[in-house]
Amino acid sequence: MRVELTVNGERLEADVWAGESLLYVLRERLGLPGSKNACEQGECGSCSVLLDGRLVCACLVLAAQADGHELVTVEGLAEDGELHPVQAAFAETGAVQCGFCTPGFVVATADLLARSPNPSEDEIREALSGNLCRCTGYAKIFDAVRLAAGS
Amino acid sequence: MSATARTLELGRVGESVKRIDAIPKVTGEFAYSSDLFAAGMLWGHTLRSSHAHALVSEVDISEAVGMPGVHAVLTHSDVPGAKTYGLEFPDQPVLAIDRVRYFGEPVAIVAAEHPEQARRAAERIRVAYEPLEPVVDPEQATEREPIHEGRPTAGHGFRDDERPNVVRTIVIRHGDPDAEADVTVSGVYELGIQDQAFLGPESGLAIPDAEGGVDVYVATQWLHIDRDQVAPCLGLEPKQVRIHLAGVGGAFGGREDLSMQIHAAMLALHTDRPVKMVYNREESFVGHIHRHPAKIWMEHRANRDGKLVNVRARILLDGGAYASSSAAVTANASAFACGPYAVENALVECTCVYTNNPPCGAMRGFGAVQSCFAHEAQMDKLAAELGIDPVELRLRNALAPGDTLPTGQRITGSFPAAEVIRRAAALPVPEPEELPRDALRLPGGSGNTTRGEGVRRGVGFAVGFKNVCYSEGFDDSTAARVRLTASDEELAAEVHCAAAEVGQGVVNVILQTARTELDLDDVVLGAATTSSVGSAGSASASRMTWMAAGAVRLAARAANEELARRGGNLAPGETIDVERIYHHRPTTPLDPETGQVTGDGAHVAYICAAMRVVAEVDVELGLTRVVWIGTAQDVGKAVNPQAVYGQIEGGIAQGLGLALMEEIQTRDGLITNASFTDYLVPTTLDMPPVDAELVEEPEPDAPYGVKGVGEPPTVVSTAAVVSALRDATGRELTRVPVSPDEIVGL
Amino acid sequence: MQVLTPRSLAEALRLKAEHPGSVPIQGGTDVMVELNFDRARPETLLNLNEVRELRGWSRDNGSIRLGAGLTYTEGMEAPLAEALPALAEASRTVGGPQIRNRGTVGGNLGTASPAGDALPPLLIGDAVVELASVRGERSVPLPEFLTGPKRNALAADELIVAILVRPAAGPQTFMKVGPRNAMVISVVSLALTVDRDHDEVRAAFGSAGPVAGLVQAPLAELNGFPERVAAAASPIDDVRGSAVYRRKSLRVLTVRAVERCLQ
Repeated sequence: MRVELTVNGERLEADVWAGESLLYVLRERLGLPGSKNACEQGECGSCSVLLDGRLVCACLVLAAQADGHELVTVEGLAEDGELHPVQAAFAETGAVQCGFCTPGFVVATADLLARSPNPSEDEIREALSGNLCRCTGYAKIFDAVRLAAGS
Repeated sequence: MSATARTLELGRVGESVKRIDAIPKVTGEFAYSSDLFAAGMLWGHTLRSSHAHALVSEVDISEAVGMPGVHAVLTHSDVPGAKTYGLEFPDQPVLAIDRVRYFGEPVAIVAAEHPEQARRAAERIRVAYEPLEPVVDPEQATEREPIHEGRPTAGHGFRDDERPNVVRTIVIRHGDPDAEADVTVSGVYELGIQDQAFLGPESGLAIPDAEGGVDVYVATQWLHIDRDQVAPCLGLEPKQVRIHLAGVGGAFGGREDLSMQIHAAMLALHTDRPVKMVYNREESFVGHIHRHPAKIWMEHRANRDGKLVNVRARILLDGGAYASSSAAVTANASAFACGPYAVENALVECTCVYTNNPPCGAMRGFGAVQSCFAHEAQMDKLAAELGIDPVELRLRNALAPGDTLPTGQRITGSFPAAEVIRRAAALPVPEPEELPRDALRLPGGSGNTTRGEGVRRGVGFAVGFKNVCYSEGFDDSTAARVRLTASDEELAAEVHCAAAEVGQGVVNVILQTARTELDLDDVVLGAATTSSVGSAGSASASRMTWMAAGAVRLAARAANEELARRGGNLAPGETIDVERIYHHRPTTPLDPETGQVTGDGAHVAYICAAMRVVAEVDVELGLTRVVWIGTAQDVGKAVNPQAVYGQIEGGIAQGLGLALMEEIQTRDGLITNASFTDYLVPTTLDMPPVDAELVEEPEPDAPYGVKGVGEPPTVVSTAAVVSALRDATGRELTRVPVSPDEIVGL
Repeated sequence: MQVLTPRSLAEALRLKAEHPGSVPIQGGTDVMVELNFDRARPETLLNLNEVRELRGWSRDNGSIRLGAGLTYTEGMEAPLAEALPALAEASRTVGGPQIRNRGTVGGNLGTASPAGDALPPLLIGDAVVELASVRGERSVPLPEFLTGPKRNALAADELIVAILVRPAAGPQTFMKVGPRNAMVISVVSLALTVDRDHDEVRAAFGSAGPVAGLVQAPLAELNGFPERVAAAASPIDDVRGSAVYRRKSLRVLTVRAVERCLQ
């Protein structure tokens, strides 16, 4: 079946098998592998994207459900070659190690700061509790969120 | 903040520098092994055993080969070369031959145009299993029928242990193992199976080269040992198999063993098409080895003044179905069983057995994690028995340079155990938080289970240590190549090193070293591959910083010498290209009978850490919240301090996970929680803030005095967290992960 | 496999009648896991995302009417959260924000897992499930709707349209026990309300029996209530916890919830 969606402002189309997730279509059919395939069951947040402005796990969206909708992926955050402040903060603070969780964290953090520009410590932790990181112990990720919030 | 981070990072050894791969990683452009694509690419899929132990009488692929989109269905009979492989012993079939020995063992592989077609075809492969009773109790393994024919690990200089299913036994006898003392404390400790749970699943792309060879792009910890295992199984010369490092989504030991490398290469060579394989999370849990579960009995004998007199330990490790790195894990568990303490007498017996449980191998801190949990529980118990402050007891016994370990090895390098203990103990503990507070800051977290009812606070302490680099006579080396060129009168350098960047930041270590030695800013790092440089050894055993820095320094200095010989500059187009191999000082095996060192010593150097933990426990529901962790760690010299702190914080999180929640559960050898829904790793609401102090006492033998930093936090934090829980609950808590049942006393 | 995407409830019901074996998918938080891990390959998926009638919530003759497509995030927002505080608290314990943005109350009923976090809060609100098919509509009290573990009273041609629930008539709360401090499937959970209008205490538990269970008692009988709740449960041992722990914890949770609601 054919799906048509707007990704990072661009209209894209793909022929998909009905059982494919949005994540698979982004990664394998639309050339956007930035959203990561870590658990494919909504437990890690590595595939976080904005679907019609709401933070979701792309692995839990059926590709057909995204038909006609708008998406922002990690590839769509930087503008005109300028990093999104959240991306710059993650790079600056050492919040990136293996980096596999990073795209998901970056998208989730951008979503948090768009809703709450100066989040409290608890708010940060709760907002990012759907994103797992196995490398950093989260400390530098929190640093990055605070840095981005202050920018 | 300005968002102009795309500037060149220049840094020398000792400076905090931003990762060179940080920008592509935050933008999503960094290519991990699961992100790869090639024109005409097929998808590989693995059919795995649904039994923990069974004879395989037939694998019928006839129906599968005719399924839509299918290009190949291969079984053991299609393995072109050696039918088995292994990190240390070739005991593991590429594809099951006549028997499966663990749940999830690969039986057949399929290549198809779409992953769904591959899955549907795999479903049509008929495997005739004759189930055998699985050996699942490690304590009975030595009395059961052998799982492997012959003795795969015999003849490697290990102690003779004729019992069935023994992978390795070590006995360390030190001083008088019967020595008595004023007080004795003992206990039995258990650790469940921990998983590395790296986020990037096993994956990669194999591309045939049209000349019979193959290029494999994969996430691994050691490119050359992958090649050396893959090539013989493909019946190819090593140079026909080129392994290239694709982006690695975490490793933690779990990528030391092969996963999809041979399978993807077989399918690619068979179909003459690129083949991509990506495990899903469930498959990842059966697709790599885990941390050895252990049962440990320990007895500590000490005098009234707190001085340890004798430590006796019996350690049983369950290696699962294949050996992997079990022999080295056995060595570590026994060598570090007494902790970083001076003790004149010891008797340590450690056995690792084969079972039909999930195979176990390398995971961060291997062997030492298990022993540290036991010896630190014992030290707390001893402190209570003697009425001595637990920190003071540890200080009184702390090992120091010049002391001798139970293996007879004398500590000749840096070993600031007392210093890390003092520094960690001096870190100020946060005051208890007032009630009421948000449930997120109480045990049970977002579950909203308490407003303070049942909550008690505890403070714990632990110390641990382990070795850096490989041991017991392993000829450990790292190669690096430095290429100097000139353009517009300016020198530039390109560095090649096959060190695996697994997230730890070795790419920066390499560049910092090269820039320091060459005194150049214009240095670039080539791609890590087997085709351009010699082996780097493994990104494990906390060794990669030391070894990569050593190798790059050697090569850079050789390039400098050559440059000086040529008059200090190069003409345009002129190049200097030197490769050097760095070895740390040699080690020697342990005596198989006494467990005592022969020659110079079994280990290269040691690293230690001490940790203080504050935890709150809801003693009625058995739920916990770790409030704060303070640690002091012996790092030798921090090459990139920001990365060192990151390793410490991340390493602590993994040890905290083992203490509180992480366990692969099995029933009759079958994994029952192979998902991130039921294998739980710490979230943002589980990790406390960490205050870390670096203790920099340079290691005399190492480049710039560096040591390794990855493992000590993981070694110590499990023990330290449980120590805090004991303090809060008054319970013994002898098993990790600590279950709520144990906390509430069920 | 095929995906059908109706644009109205009428169309959805017609498609469901034509494809009685089709699997409805709303937030996807359960169905997609089944698909991604190759546990299910339904011939037809019925994508309900575009059915406007299933969204949101409204007040309905003294009750609250929750559309089957109400997300947990919406369940946490005022003023709904003030009308149904236990549901709001339960919603906050579901997965991470990404899951709460997609997962729906209707989906929780459709899956009918004994661990469904929305079920206990709905049970204490005497929820009634509105089902519809081309044959017509019917209302089924939630306890009757939940027929067993992962089983419910839906006929093959029916869809869950809405849930009618009584707004809180007194303090209520929800608690969920899990071995880590976020993102857990409940080991055991409890919703409890002290209902002054009816002079009774109602508690409902999750993950402690084949279905979420409801226990009620007059306020005068509060004393033995925690024991009654624990006794009403029939928990099992599984990978997430032991039966004995679940039962004991249920008693502890009930004591705490009663105290919380009486404060």
